[in-house]
Amino acid sequence: MNTKLATILLLASATGLAACSKKAPEVLPPAPTDTAQPTQPAMPAQPSGAQPGTQAHFAQAVGSSTTIYFDTDRYNVDSQDAAALQAQAQYFARFPQVTFTIEGHADERGTREYNLALGERRANSAKAYLVSLGVDANRISVVSYGKERPVALASNEAAYAQNRRAASVIIN
Amino acid sequence: MKPALLAALLVTAAFPASLMAQDLGAPIGDDAPVETTATDASQAQAEEGISFTVTDESAWQDIGIAIPAFATDRERATPANEAGTGALGREVARVITANLRNNGLFKPVGPDSLPQPGFTQITAPAFPTWSGQGAEMLVHGYVRARDDGRLVVGCYLYDVALQSELVREGWVVAPADWRRAAHKCSDLIFSRLTGESPFFDSRIAYIAETGPKDRRVKRLAVMDSDGANHRFLTLGSATALTPRYSPDYSKILYLSYVDGNPRIYVYDIGTGKQTLVTENRNPTIAPRWSPDGKHILYSMAVAGNTDIYRVPATGGASIKLTDNPGIDVGGSYSPDGTKIVFESDRSGSQQCYVMDADGKNQKRISFFGGRCATPEWSPRGDQIAFTRIAGDFNVAVMNTGGGNMRVLTRGWQDEAPTWAPNGRIIQFFRTERNTGRSGIWQVDLTGQNERRLPTPVDASDPAWGPIRP
Repeated sequence: MNTKLATILLLASATGLAACSKKAPEVLPPAPTDTAQPTQPAMPAQPSGAQPGTQAHFAQAVGSSTTIYFDTDRYNVDSQDAAALQAQAQYFARFPQVTFTIEGHADERGTREYNLALGERRANSAKAYLVSLGVDANRISVVSYGKERPVALASNEAAYAQNRRAASVIIN
Repeated sequence: MKPALLAALLVTAAFPASLMAQDLGAPIGDDAPVETTATDASQAQAEEGISFTVTDESAWQDIGIAIPAFATDRERATPANEAGTGALGREVARVITANLRNNGLFKPVGPDSLPQPGFTQITAPAFPTWSGQGAEMLVHGYVRARDDGRLVVGCYLYDVALQSELVREGWVVAPADWRRAAHKCSDLIFSRLTGESPFFDSRIAYIAETGPKDRRVKRLAVMDSDGANHRFLTLGSATALTPRYSPDYSKILYLSYVDGNPRIYVYDIGTGKQTLVTENRNPTIAPRWSPDGKHILYSMAVAGNTDIYRVPATGGASIKLTDNPGIDVGGSYSPDGTKIVFESDRSGSQQCYVMDADGKNQKRISFFGGRCATPEWSPRGDQIAFTRIAGDFNVAVMNTGGGNMRVLTRGWQDEAPTWAPNGRIIQFFRTERNTGRSGIWQVDLTGQNERRLPTPVDASDPAWGPIRP
């Protein structure tokens, strides 16, 4: 368990570095890896470096589209969210064995219990959209963390905007 | 996520697997009632004291109360204090002094700056000495160790100018419960001088918080109303939130992520076991007791939509009380159990609503601008405290029809009010901007006497239990 987690952590940080050095692909399927590190043997039709079915692989494939963002107190899927969820849906269609959790979050400027309910609503909103795109509902778990797990730590609008989110996280 | 998991794994190593499965620490055992006894320091019967009535709150603030060390009939060893019953008597007086000072209504002078009365003086005070100290009120008391090891604590309140006894009472407590006798004495004095119901002998459940803002460890914890007898009930491997003591203190409802999802558990304090509030795959949040402890309110999200449900505390079928596409969450019973105040965003933003206990006649009561969240009905029945969101988050009160709204606090983020058992004081938690650090604060109904409660680590979600039997 520890080793596996450590592996995931290593892969995740490797992905982070890769994302800094070159722009992550916006749309699937990604081209064969002629833009990847030249020393890396090409794996056709797949992003390099990560095993399919891992969060790192998912993140390499869809880039920032693993997460969608919401306006204050809102949970609707806007056009930007729709594009991100379409990228996710293509990935999940390509790897039908993958199951995943959508984590719903809120910013800190809400009361604790309401934010738990709001995060639940946001995650389910993302789930409903993915299901409408053909992803089997049985592959999707949903969990709300309310305001308990912020990614941006400041108390300002820019941070709140990053924290009002629904993040898709590969389970296995 | 991953650091949290790693932390969980580290914690696992330190505890047996059976405990880890529920993230629970060792149980703290049942809460026994305190036995009231006749005060036996003297054979003298209490005479009818001259009635002392406080008619104006401002008058209380000038009351000087002298609280010298409690006497003992005979110096004896006790597990409550390694130095014996005499030293314990001084500690009891210190606890009472701190209680009366911290609620802001009195100016007590404690045992460390007063002469110590002898045992025979407890029922026959040296009044000239005390009037010379400028004391208007005088508290005397004694501690006596019985042969069975239990302690008898007697408590007397005198009016120095009138040279008369106002009230007396005595309690028999186990040595471990000696502070409860001090709280009972504080309550006796407070009630006699203010005409208000007691509140010191009560406990608070809350969430203890440690760690950085993005990896906060949140543990269920309990303490006495003055912060003493602090205990952590969960180990911290799973996030715990929003506890509520049952009216008889035998159980605590709270939310835990122990199985990865937010779910309400009923934790039995006596046995240390816990059960799900309802066997259901859906997330459950925002637990509340009915005033008689027979029912539990919880909020459950089904396909993303949260509504309020009621279930018997002993288990069984749940009844859905709200049925609305908006978020309906929380709920707090009126003390007679006939009505429930709750919050809903069905109008487009969080507002407070009142319904009958069966869910009928749902009616919005908050119309003063801003948002209304986390409403809590006063134990007296006449007021509702809530989180007012209008720019900043502040604790406010209104009457049960939504009128006469008053904002009591001015923090950047003050939320989740909970009432003292007597409905005079409100606790809440205040979160600091940027750092995310939080602490429990309290304020009285006039908006005065705001102070932070001492807790070993950061704290949130206070839930004040009722007065103990």
